[in-house]
Amino acid sequence: MVIHEYQGKLLLDEVGVPITRGRVASTPEEAGKIAAEIGKKVAVKAQVLVGGRGKAGGIKLAEGQAETEQKAREIIGMDIKGLKVEKVLVEEAIDIAKELYLGITLDRAKAAHVIMFSTMGGVDIEEVAETHPEAIIKVAVSPQRGLLDHHIREVCHAFPMEKQERKDLAVFVKTLFELYIKKDCTIAEINPLAITTDGRMVAADAKVNFDANALFRHPELEAMATETEEEGDPLELKAKEKGLAYVRLDGEIGVIGNGAGLVMGTLDEVNRVGGKPANFLDVGGGASAQVVTTSLELVLSDPNVKGVLFNIFGGITRGDEVAKGIIEGTKVLNVDRPLVIRLSGTREEEGRAILKEAGIETAATMEEAAKKIVALTR
Amino acid sequence: MSIFIDKNTKVIVQGFTGKEGTFHAQQMIDYGTQVVGGVTPGKGGTTHLGLPVFDTVAKAVQDTGADTSIIFVPAAFAADACSEAIESGLKTVICITEGIPINDMVPVRDQAHARGVRLIGPNCPGVITPGECKLGIMPGNIFSSGPVGFISRSGTLTYQAADALTRAGFGQSTCVGIGGDPIIGTQFKDCVGAFAKDEKTKVLVLIGEIGGSAEEEAAALIKELGVPAVAMIAGRTAPPGKRMGHAGAIVSGSSGTAAAKVEAFEAAGVPVPETIDEMVEEVRKILAPVAR
Repeated sequence: MVIHEYQGKLLLDEVGVPITRGRVASTPEEAGKIAAEIGKKVAVKAQVLVGGRGKAGGIKLAEGQAETEQKAREIIGMDIKGLKVEKVLVEEAIDIAKELYLGITLDRAKAAHVIMFSTMGGVDIEEVAETHPEAIIKVAVSPQRGLLDHHIREVCHAFPMEKQERKDLAVFVKTLFELYIKKDCTIAEINPLAITTDGRMVAADAKVNFDANALFRHPELEAMATETEEEGDPLELKAKEKGLAYVRLDGEIGVIGNGAGLVMGTLDEVNRVGGKPANFLDVGGGASAQVVTTSLELVLSDPNVKGVLFNIFGGITRGDEVAKGIIEGTKVLNVDRPLVIRLSGTREEEGRAILKEAGIETAATMEEAAKKIVALTR
Repeated sequence: MSIFIDKNTKVIVQGFTGKEGTFHAQQMIDYGTQVVGGVTPGKGGTTHLGLPVFDTVAKAVQDTGADTSIIFVPAAFAADACSEAIESGLKTVICITEGIPINDMVPVRDQAHARGVRLIGPNCPGVITPGECKLGIMPGNIFSSGPVGFISRSGTLTYQAADALTRAGFGQSTCVGIGGDPIIGTQFKDCVGAFAKDEKTKVLVLIGEIGGSAEEEAAALIKELGVPAVAMIAGRTAPPGKRMGHAGAIVSGSSGTAAAKVEAFEAAGVPVPETIDEMVEEVRKILAPVAR
């Protein structure tokens, strides 16, 4: 789960990480009022869930209510990499002397959380990572004991810095890690971590992502998620409500399967035989008939879909349940487009028998199923 | 021969009396797996599927002599169940549960490694040594005994590929579903190392996915050990996601993409076919080079 910069900053503020002061606005008028309250030069920043907004013109400086309103009017509604800007963050503009980078994420290869720090922060950090990897220190945190003082020292003494800067950085590392663990983050990143001309260290941006598997113990994040999601793809939102893993793609063949690997493999296969998938939908393990019906309904509600391919290879998922779900779906929904069903694995005979009785044919292999649906939707 | 599990493996089921635990325990018993009991806190002293139920793993191990556990405990409690199994003197722990928070698994994986316990999963289909022992949720009938050592991140894609191998007459020594989560107990390379020491295994089949760098690490080890292998990567045509922040990109660099994984395998002399049928043909080339 991802949230906006302004939401991330609220979380940083909660644990005591110094942030640039400001508020979010949905209209130019609101933005102007916030600027008047702040009473000094402000930055108007597009709130979109994509990187590179600064380079795309999504961040502008302004002074006073009128100018802020005007800049906000330019940014709200702007298209940044395919995403429409709905909100802007209006915050005190700071005079930056130095830009640092501080991030925490999971290092899968080390199977540990890792703290990353660089004195070469700012918009080009990815380039720094590629061309000067030695300019970024990575410190793995102890999987069992967590963040220890020596980890913090390793980060703070990696590069030449002023004494006060090291002290400030230590506080940032400690509090950011606290937030990262407390909220079950998958990424907590401050870029730039700014040192102002008057010597303050402050989080000028915040990117915080959360582990979807841990949301059950963070009801407080639900509200933030809802706020963010209002801007997402309506079908993806609906899928999430129903607990389905769905991603919209730009083709015309609806794909439903069980298991992310099998669904990805099915997308590859549909592409290989000349089709274009309209979506990725993983019904998960042990899907009930109800879940299958819901999935079919969801995929068919996309007008771009010309036909649906089911690819089920059951382990924990039972073929008879899937077949019942498809039959139920064809009864309650208006299925006006072709379906091709490939069903193997646990209780496959029972499942195939149910489909056969209802006059729905099954394909024997994934390859055959992909070819059939591509032919039927031509 | 096989790796990790065989006909002598004695198994307890954690989450024994739940819906999934019950269904799959019965399937495993029907396959011939030596299930010797189960654990459901609060139901100790009762009998389920004709086997004893215990309140704790320690008690179950003490009374049954089990050396392996399979876990069907709900996600919120599964990491604790893994720890309990690791601390109870078991040799192998297989966690099927899907949806465990990453933060819960980070210390558990470390604990398993520190204690030398073979943890497989979570979020995996399990392990099967065909004809001897099935410890997982895979349909047993699609596997057969033979020389292919099989490793996969995905569950359902494993079934697809194993089924094709079996139909073509290429049985498997052991099939390991390592799981799709970011933190898993056993990686591709751990399995490659184990299979390399197994006399029955003549060729490896690896089914990878985009993301992470586990496939790249396995490719390097395959090259080092000189093991014959065939690999597939799922998600070649998956569009790149909307990447948020730079942290992930900085950790993994350019690894994680399908292209990087294919390149790593090809550099190790491992063919990377695009379809299951082609994969079977590559296996045939390695196992029966003159027979055709």
